[in-house]
Amino acid sequence: MTMQPASTEIALRTAVIVQELKGLEGPLLPILHGIQEEFGHVPQDALPVIAEALNISKAEVHGVVTFYHDYRRHPAGRHVLKLCQAEACQSMGSDLIAAKLKQLLGIGFHETARDGSVTLEPVYCLGLCACAPSAMLDGEVIGRLNDEKLDEIIAEVRS
Amino acid sequence: MIPRIYIPGDSGALALGAEKVAKAVRAELADRGIEAKIVRNGSRGAYFLEPMVEVATDKGRIAYGPVKPSDVKSLFDSGFLTGGYHKRWLGAPDKIPFLAKQTRLTFARCGVTDPLSLDNYKAHGGLKGLQNAVAMTPADVVSQVTESGLRGRGGAGFPTGIKWKTVLDTTADRKYIVCNADEGDSGTFADRMIMEGDPFVLIEGMTIAGIATGATKGFIYIRSEYPHAVAVMQKAVEIARKAGLLGLNVLGSPNTFDMEVRVGAGAYVCGEETSLLDSLEGKRGQVRPKPPLPAHKGLFGKPTVINNVISLASVPVIMDKGAAFYKDFGMGRSRGTIPIQIAGNVKYPGLYEAAFGMTLGEIVDDIGGGTATGCPVKAVQVGGPLGAYFPRALFDTPFDYEAFAAKDGLIGHAGIVVFDDSADMLKQARFAMEFCSIESCGKCTPCRIGSTRGVEVLDRLAQNIEPEKQIALVTDLCNTMKFGSLCALGGFTPYPVMSALNHFPDDFRPTPVAEAAE
Repeated sequence: MTMQPASTEIALRTAVIVQELKGLEGPLLPILHGIQEEFGHVPQDALPVIAEALNISKAEVHGVVTFYHDYRRHPAGRHVLKLCQAEACQSMGSDLIAAKLKQLLGIGFHETARDGSVTLEPVYCLGLCACAPSAMLDGEVIGRLNDEKLDEIIAEVRS
Repeated sequence: MIPRIYIPGDSGALALGAEKVAKAVRAELADRGIEAKIVRNGSRGAYFLEPMVEVATDKGRIAYGPVKPSDVKSLFDSGFLTGGYHKRWLGAPDKIPFLAKQTRLTFARCGVTDPLSLDNYKAHGGLKGLQNAVAMTPADVVSQVTESGLRGRGGAGFPTGIKWKTVLDTTADRKYIVCNADEGDSGTFADRMIMEGDPFVLIEGMTIAGIATGATKGFIYIRSEYPHAVAVMQKAVEIARKAGLLGLNVLGSPNTFDMEVRVGAGAYVCGEETSLLDSLEGKRGQVRPKPPLPAHKGLFGKPTVINNVISLASVPVIMDKGAAFYKDFGMGRSRGTIPIQIAGNVKYPGLYEAAFGMTLGEIVDDIGGGTATGCPVKAVQVGGPLGAYFPRALFDTPFDYEAFAAKDGLIGHAGIVVFDDSADMLKQARFAMEFCSIESCGKCTPCRIGSTRGVEVLDRLAQNIEPEKQIALVTDLCNTMKFGSLCALGGFTPYPVMSALNHFPDDFRPTPVAEAAE
């Protein structure tokens, strides 16, 4: 498992990001994106630092973090696999693909494998509706999923 | 002249292996000691041919596709650099029937040019609209856009010129142009394609909007599910700024306009304009009640034009060729062209830009070629997750805002998802409710609670528990959501649910009660 940085270290690294971005108009989302990129999730210890710098309450920051699906409260696995579950992919059998993947990985949606190798998430549209069913593995797009491509994905996340 | 090879860098093409093809081409070039320039163009939108590789020859461009990495060696052996024949040979790309029959105004350059070359953009007619706009008064620019008949391509279909005029007529110390690039509707990818394939057209359109309304700052809010589009737009804004297209003196004129790219955080509801504004301000993406209109009090309380990507990207051609030229295309009150996105279970999926007025049947059967599985088409969902399911019986509906509304549907962002006869419409109706419950911003009760109750009612229906009662209940619930919700998420979720129920009633009675013997 990855080591969790100590709270003072989180505060320090957060402060650097906040300082860099707080001059933007409406800086909160860019700051949270920056923090997630830095830590892989938005640690609880980062919230008071942001709140103080932007002169808003910790509750407001918490409210924003929890509103958006993207911000993680806990670290994800080494790989993040997003599987599209929206209508265009449904029409090409994404249900079946999801069931197979869950079985192959031994986890459900919003879960991380015990060995920390991969986190599986549903996503509602990747804009790849003309090559459904589709997925995104660590930011790389994959279209027309089939058994062969699922095997490649499994091999990749286990390597 | 060194050979020029076009390999799309569009996400859709990448999802089908374009990067591996590019790698193979580079390796082959190195092996054979050939010097060539590889251009990562956008996609022309014929996704059944992607990755589609093109070469520039003295007889014009020649396309090959769909190319697999394993085809690359034999392509070189067949002399593809000079347009030689190969089993993947498609000939001139603009002669491919799917592409030849289109009317490309907004997407004229997409897939043709190098997305990040401003010179290339200018050589293909770019910036002419902006040059015309800087020489005109703001009011004249607004009246051109109004005159063209352009309506919001995000789905609502509100006249773009009227929106601009409201902002122009409102006095404020600061005004904003916000581009809604939170394209979350399943079955739609036009925004993504244009941002990846022709980003300068969007920058040009936003800049014209700024000059026309007196706004000096723009934001492009792109969903986080589109990392490639984000990267291309960021680079393009940087290039435009360096070239003097953005900044203090736009194209040497006294106008100031600059813009920033912002990234969403995975909330579908932020595609709704007022929640997008709240999100940009750094708040929870909750819907605002209207009035006040964003045109009066929008981003940070200032007058704001908020338009969809395609609306803004259609402005340069209007300002270049004139309102009358654009208005000449289309039917009724739907003027100009619309990039129709044909997706899902369909033989020829892709983007098809055409004048309004084609029938749904022509789009699905003639252009789309029916289903990919070869089974009969059962239903098509038009306009994303909040759009109605249309049966074959309604295939004579022309693609037009009013015609679709008259059939209890909407064209939305013009995405069409095709389903074959294996689709279970009760399941699709349930998904519509479930999706609404996942993505509801929580501000209004009909959407927040109604969607959850909707899932429960449809689950009881699937278990055949007092089916008639459940159907009456879901109908009543849909009525409440339609008229009681603050925005289109709760207000339009009834479209897929009720259309599925009305057009496919058999699917809502899963286990028919056996008739009693006389």
